[in-house]
Amino acid sequence: MTATAPFRNTRQTAAGDVVLSVHDLHVTFPSEAGPVRAVRGLSFDLKAGETMAIVGESGSGKSVTSLAIMGLHPRTARITGSVTLHGKELLGLTDAEMSEIRGEDLAMIFQDPLSALTPVYTVGDQIVEAIQTHHSISRSKAWQRAVELLDLVGIPNPDLRVKSFPHEFSGGMRQRAMIAQAIANDPDVIIADEPTTALDVTIQAQVLEVLKTAQRETGAAVIMITHDLGVVAGMSDRVTVMYAGRPVEQGSVDDIFYAPRMPYTIGLLGAVPRLDATNKEPLATLKGNPPSVVNLPPGCPFVPRCPLAHSGCREREPELETVGPDHVAACWENERIRTDSLTSADIFPTQVLAPVEKAVVEKVDQEVVLSLENMKKHYPLMKGAVLRRRVGTVYAVDGIDLTLHRGETLGLVGESGCGKSTTLLEILNLHAPTEGRIVVFGNDTASLKRADKKRMRRDLQVVFQDPMASLDPRMPIFDIIAEPLGVHGWSKEKTEARVMELLKTVGLEEGHANRYPQAFSGGQRQRVGIARALALEPELIVLDEPVSALDVSIQAGVINLLEELKQRLNLSYLFVAHDLAVIRHIADRVAVMYLGKIVEIGSVEEVYNRPSHPYTQALLSAIPIPDPTTERSRTRILLRGDLPSPANPPSGCKFRTRCPLFEGLTAEQRTPCLEAMPPLVTAPAGEPVALESSGVPQRVTTTVPEGGVETDHVVACYYARPVKVL
Amino acid sequence: MVKYLLLRIANYAVLLFIAVSLAWVLAQTQLHPRQLFEVRNPPLDPQSIENILRAANVSDQVPLWDRYVTWLKGIFLHWDWGSTPGGADVGEEISRRIWVSFRLVTIGWLLGTFLGVAIGAWTAVRQYKISDRVITAIVLLLVATPSYVTGEVSKMVATVINKQVGFQLFLFLGEKSTGTLPDYPLAELVDRVQHMVLPTLVLTLFGLAGLQRLQRGLMLDALGSDFVRTARAKGLRENKAVMKHALRTALIPTGTYFAFQAASLFVGATYTERIFAFQGMGIYGVDTISKQNINGVVAVTAFGGLCYLIGAILADIMVAFLDPRVRLS
Repeated sequence: MTATAPFRNTRQTAAGDVVLSVHDLHVTFPSEAGPVRAVRGLSFDLKAGETMAIVGESGSGKSVTSLAIMGLHPRTARITGSVTLHGKELLGLTDAEMSEIRGEDLAMIFQDPLSALTPVYTVGDQIVEAIQTHHSISRSKAWQRAVELLDLVGIPNPDLRVKSFPHEFSGGMRQRAMIAQAIANDPDVIIADEPTTALDVTIQAQVLEVLKTAQRETGAAVIMITHDLGVVAGMSDRVTVMYAGRPVEQGSVDDIFYAPRMPYTIGLLGAVPRLDATNKEPLATLKGNPPSVVNLPPGCPFVPRCPLAHSGCREREPELETVGPDHVAACWENERIRTDSLTSADIFPTQVLAPVEKAVVEKVDQEVVLSLENMKKHYPLMKGAVLRRRVGTVYAVDGIDLTLHRGETLGLVGESGCGKSTTLLEILNLHAPTEGRIVVFGNDTASLKRADKKRMRRDLQVVFQDPMASLDPRMPIFDIIAEPLGVHGWSKEKTEARVMELLKTVGLEEGHANRYPQAFSGGQRQRVGIARALALEPELIVLDEPVSALDVSIQAGVINLLEELKQRLNLSYLFVAHDLAVIRHIADRVAVMYLGKIVEIGSVEEVYNRPSHPYTQALLSAIPIPDPTTERSRTRILLRGDLPSPANPPSGCKFRTRCPLFEGLTAEQRTPCLEAMPPLVTAPAGEPVALESSGVPQRVTTTVPEGGVETDHVVACYYARPVKVL
Repeated sequence: MVKYLLLRIANYAVLLFIAVSLAWVLAQTQLHPRQLFEVRNPPLDPQSIENILRAANVSDQVPLWDRYVTWLKGIFLHWDWGSTPGGADVGEEISRRIWVSFRLVTIGWLLGTFLGVAIGAWTAVRQYKISDRVITAIVLLLVATPSYVTGEVSKMVATVINKQVGFQLFLFLGEKSTGTLPDYPLAELVDRVQHMVLPTLVLTLFGLAGLQRLQRGLMLDALGSDFVRTARAKGLRENKAVMKHALRTALIPTGTYFAFQAASLFVGATYTERIFAFQGMGIYGVDTISKQNINGVVAVTAFGGLCYLIGAILADIMVAFLDPRVRLS
């Protein structure tokens, strides 16, 4: 932004002083069930230039807080307390007065970039509007500034793209435009409400970097609202943890991550699968669900989920108590937590599973339950309503080989649009793919008859991503779980016994069988989905992002359940996820997909410790780790731009357009990358080199392994070399 | 865009031709103009009946295909839409009636749309307040009332008002008075306006009611959308955010409705025409069927189809104008 003169050279609040102060904020909504006390007594001081994170699960009151500060809460909300900006009270201002402040001193970035920009105006128009609402400058000057802002947030060709409509931008670009709009008037405070939740990890890394740049350029303080503890660790100076509308712990990011004093914070930290965790201990699970904030019983709202709770906790809700310099926590037991230095493992005892049999060595001899051979799925791109003609091809999956053994979990990772879900659907379809073969339990899907398919569907089941959309809301869960049994002709008595058994297996109560899905929380619904998948005692389950729609504390329980079931029932999982930390926790082997191709595949230890493909390296480095010290010392490989369209993939190596390695190659070295997609070859041996000192890339000399690609760590890159990312 | 529209029009022209041909077949096979003459008293000579029917190209004794070719030739070579069984020219009748319909519905249609959108948007912003509830109740009553009831009631009220003021303020028979007009400047125009007020009011209320429901719903969706919140977060006051962001976006589907409504009003204002004795297209459509006027039925169908297709093209243009996502792709 050096080219742009900021609108205001002097700030009303000097760096280091408190710019925004919230004191005893309460927000209550009327509802038919009684008053919803969404926020109960939140206080914090935000210093100029500082970043504070508000962490909590859905319903904890984080978003309501941000809207209340902005004065954009629903009109029915009753707000008490105080919000002061530069020492001036904001609560009680008229809409006209607040409008002067919004967008000028206080700016906001919303979660969903797809819906947060008005579809009928150009991006430029919307930024100009933000500027002209507060400053009487000419349209051409405002337009000029819009171009500079888009340049600052990393939109390529900003002078052209400024005239684009939002739908012509990808999600990541829209979020950049949103940030450009938010910083247009050099605000003092930026509130970012889950700004990267809807984005892919590589795009998340880019956008967080832009947010940091924007903050550096404007000197604004940032309130970062998120549920992602990794993002918190990397972005924030201070943290407020909220539970059931109340702040339960506040402190510096190091205090919260390394010396938490409230069991909820401790449990939350223990429940996140970590990308850099080498052991596969079960995750800490917080039993139950966050409470409804209607008619809260007296006492600490965390009591039903807290193993440390005693009768005193049920009687009186603990106030925030000072437990260290600039560190407060609301727990009657905070002293005990400190003196006994209790960790999540001490507080939340996890069921110890039988040790995982590391059967990697004998994998070759084991039975193969699923194999894909050069599987391709292409969709025609059609045009015209009456005379339809083919105008192109979407190369959704473009030739992949995968093998899944009995009792194994294979993780499939990649950005949205890389073909993961198509792969799953093709397997579930039990049809012949466009090209290549799909072999399920030794049967080629191309030669299956109807009866064969029905028989095989018993052994091949699926768990979907969205536990709300995948359960019929008009069927009680008994019927939902019993449905597959009915299809396969189970008798009524056997069905009933089986459903009850399944409910117990997935950790639900038998008494719940008559309830409808909406009576359950997200995690419980996902358990119903798992029970349905297990009903016919399948051997292979494909899981499409089974935990990505769940809150952290709930997610851990479902992951643990899946692990336990796999061992008890000797299941095989094909586990699709975009969260590489989850995959590291649950999978034995992992395949990384990019634009319909597998670019790296191998055992989890190999791929995570010695990632050899530049794309895998970028993916791993993009994922934030919930550990502030680690986060501060990490270098990120930022990929440029977005995933190319699978209808128009680049020639040669599909990754070359975004490849950081390719950029550093000489024209001569680039030749093979431009000519053909590299084959999967054994990953080069040797110690992983550090990211910074990787030096000149060398052409790999290894070849396709003899035992086939499934046995080894293989990688599809001409210049592959292991790099230490974690 | 122009190429796209031309292609679209060509597409529609083919569809229209097929639709009208089917209507022609249906009319030729299902209507029996011969009966009109057979019941005459004194009876007509069968040969003269046949001659009359042949002159109108509606004799069932001529093979269907021959009749079809004659009909097509008439239209494409001479723009002749045939005649009634009685011998009157259908094309002439219709070209007169089109303008009657046009004069009748245009103002009501535009006014109804404008007021419907405005009131719909306004009530959405004031959702569940007294004003919203009252207007919504009135509008629901209007929607539920058939237009002939609204028409008759408006006539009764007008009669009462006419009595109260002591002269004929509202006139409601036909487009204009027959006989001599009073002698003052613009007397003819004033007379026409007096005739227009009531039917226009009925059509306006009818259009308004439908659009208010549609626009209120669309507006509520738009008001709850993220981009309105973004606009507010930029510092736009509520009114401006609502007008500039919510209403503008909520107008997109209304554009389609608006265009198609024009088409249906042109040939569908039957009750209004009958009640206020306007000799328009709607009433003609009903008359042609009851009078076994085969060529009339086909011509009315063709005109209705044409209106509909113009509505469709108009809708395309409206949407392209309102929605950049369509414009570009």
